[in-house]
Amino acid sequence: MADPPKFDEKSRYTEGRGIAGAFPGETVTRRRLMEGTAMAVGGIATAAFALPALGFALGPIFEDVSRENWQPVGTEGDFNTQTYIQRVINIAPEIGDPGKTTVYVRKFDQARDDPRNKDQPFVAISTRCAHLGCPVRYIRASQKFVCPCHGGVYDFQGKVAGGPPVRPLDRFYTRVRAGKVEIGDRFSVNSELKRFSPRDPSNHLDGLWQYLYPSRPTT
Amino acid sequence: MKLSAPPLPKFLRPSPPRPGTGNGGNGANAGNGAGGNGGIATKPKPKDQAVEGAASVVGWLDERSGVSPFLRGFLYRKTPKGTNWFYTLGSATMFAFLSQAVTGVFLAMYYEPDTATRAYSSAAHISNDVFLGEFVRGMHKWGATVMIILIFLHMGRTFFFGAYKYPRELNWVIGVVLVVLTLVMGLTGYLLPFDQRSFWATVVAVNLNSSGPVIGPYLADFLRAGSEFGPTTITRFYALHMLLVPGLIAALIGAHLYLVAKLGTTAPPWLKAEKKDLLTEEL
Repeated sequence: MADPPKFDEKSRYTEGRGIAGAFPGETVTRRRLMEGTAMAVGGIATAAFALPALGFALGPIFEDVSRENWQPVGTEGDFNTQTYIQRVINIAPEIGDPGKTTVYVRKFDQARDDPRNKDQPFVAISTRCAHLGCPVRYIRASQKFVCPCHGGVYDFQGKVAGGPPVRPLDRFYTRVRAGKVEIGDRFSVNSELKRFSPRDPSNHLDGLWQYLYPSRPTT
Repeated sequence: MKLSAPPLPKFLRPSPPRPGTGNGGNGANAGNGAGGNGGIATKPKPKDQAVEGAASVVGWLDERSGVSPFLRGFLYRKTPKGTNWFYTLGSATMFAFLSQAVTGVFLAMYYEPDTATRAYSSAAHISNDVFLGEFVRGMHKWGATVMIILIFLHMGRTFFFGAYKYPRELNWVIGVVLVVLTLVMGLTGYLLPFDQRSFWATVVAVNLNSSGPVIGPYLADFLRAGSEFGPTTITRFYALHMLLVPGLIAALIGAHLYLVAKLGTTAPPWLKAEKKDLLTEEL
């Protein structure tokens, strides 16, 4: 006949589990408690420096530090509806020359332009290629924007006419103050020139694709 | 005839021969000018003294660290028959990394990661004005290319020799992470000279990251520290390039080497196991 089990392995008490040196009524051994405490203290100490450091590095992802920035680029009379005039604005003034970028500006044309954007008195096209961000150049003879890097081509409206770009060229908000044309923040457009918050080059904005490239906190 | 030792103070007396040195000991240890203990006192030659000094330093270190069994196992480990020059590609890659680390440390003494003006001009200063600056910068630049070539040759060797198979899969995985980190080094280092080419190459590279669905744009924001190339982009790249990624690479090279030493290397695939010889040897 087998003896009844001397120790119950499922007992709440260390004494009941047959652990050497157990105290009556004790549920956790001192060794186990110290192990847990040491682990917890180490974990807290690690988290105390690692989490702030991680947040410090990742912070800029969740922060919009750009302020509304209107830059005058000339008088109304400087621009026409027929062709683009080249202007330079600075989109990151803190860094000097590297923050400068070229903008192609023309007057909004009621006859030719999409009525979606008729609240903008001017059309200011960004030179940032929608493929991978190289600077495009406007070729007046062919009325096309051409990218030197991978052969992206855009038509007069900035819509994709050929090559790898996934959406039209970005634009900037425009306004007129005291006779001066001012260029504001960037916005992106899809192939129907519907406006979106600024997206990075290479981010699609048509059909189901647009949900894979959502708006970000930084823009 | 053995004479008794003169009554010298303790520090002037010749030290007794080291255990195990036998009769050779009296020559090397009778250098105190007092006649020595053996009568035939010969002054130790400088070469002997140097060898003795070095041996005692090494002995001192070894006695306190116990490193020699480890080093013996690591450096004199067995290698299979057929080991050839292709097996040196990993070490070659590591030396390329060490060269990059050393030249990089010295370049950091002159380089200033400031977007507005100083990055380009400090890089130009290294090339044009600093003594040997062009040479050290050139070593760093071309060494980067050499490291990429070597690491892929090493990877190809591992693949074609089947050296990634059991039990070495973990080492292959670590190696792949090392390849990726090496490419990250190439990406982050390319911006630092801050000329037109490096600026636009980095713009394109960051936008390539952005093309990944859902997390891509956030990755690009992380690399740029914002939605546009801004004042902290270059410092961010610099910190990744000289602190974070090299540290990771060094740590993973350690793990990689540990596994190489632990598991040993594989024979080339064209060698068949010599079963017969092995059997007779073991019997």
